[in-house]
Amino acid sequence: MENIAPQLYTLLVFMVIGSIVAVETKNLLSAVISVSAVGFALSVAFLLMGAPDIAITQLVVEVLVLIILIRGTILLDNTAVETHTDTLAVVASLVFFGLLLGFGAMIFGSRGFPEFGEPLMRVSRVYVQTGLPATYAANIVTSIILDFRAYDTLGEASVLFASVLGALALLRKDGKVKREEEAAA
Amino acid sequence: MKGMTLIVKTITDFVVAFIVVFGAYIVLYGHLTPGGGFAGGVIIACAFILLMLAHGSDAAFAILPAKVAHILDSAGALAFLIIGWIGMTGGFFFLNVFGRGEMFRLLSSGMILPLNIAIAFKVGSSLFLVFAALAMFRRRSFRAMIEEELS
Repeated sequence: MENIAPQLYTLLVFMVIGSIVAVETKNLLSAVISVSAVGFALSVAFLLMGAPDIAITQLVVEVLVLIILIRGTILLDNTAVETHTDTLAVVASLVFFGLLLGFGAMIFGSRGFPEFGEPLMRVSRVYVQTGLPATYAANIVTSIILDFRAYDTLGEASVLFASVLGALALLRKDGKVKREEEAAA
Repeated sequence: MKGMTLIVKTITDFVVAFIVVFGAYIVLYGHLTPGGGFAGGVIIACAFILLMLAHGSDAAFAILPAKVAHILDSAGALAFLIIGWIGMTGGFFFLNVFGRGEMFRLLSSGMILPLNIAIAFKVGSSLFLVFAALAMFRRRSFRAMIEEELS
């Protein structure tokens, strides 16, 4: 595996800048586009790290979310989002950032970060070694998410089902109560 | 005129079929090449959303009515569960009891291909429904705004 660190660091810097722009910008449409830029950069990062499955899913979902968000925001004119600086929030975020850095230094300071993909855990070793002979699926990602861990995928499908039910219930044309009132009137 | 301009409509008519075919490829070859039910389902949903954006929601609902999308959504989830229960014949939930076939062929790896197809139906139709619900919601609130201005 060739050294991909420079490209990854470039993408990372781009993503950090994009996130800051998305948070700080006054214009809602610019914020949506910055968030999507971060998502597309993440997709490229997945591709560089050798995960085309995740890259495809990330890209496609990003496109869909971009369409939905732009359609949701393009007609809204509240571009000037009110900003107010809260001292407590700034202090709290600084404290938490310091805690994060402190714990990171405690854990990784002496030993350094582990190598990419190391250590290989017992369960994932079993998946990698028996994925092809046990399932005959050439794409090991599919063999994991639909065979070894199909329970996870079932839960994911249930979450999607529940979210669609919730969206349709919240956005339906008129509630049952209103229709009953109309029928009574 | 409903929808977008003539240019967008013409290009959409050209492209939509290819997008659907590509989505189907991503779904059907999910166990051999990168991709799978989720990504392919989203791609197919994107084709219908493109149709809805270019031609207006009536054109998309003429091909895939909301009621059919509802049924496909539930059927996909149900098919996933049923395939899981078929595994009970071998003793365990989600046991791969189907024949594994020949390696690197389309009809291989047992239950993974049907599960991919079930997920594609589920994800595709549910995302299409979410987008349709949001579009309907926006149109309704828009109408309410205009009525407020007129009154």
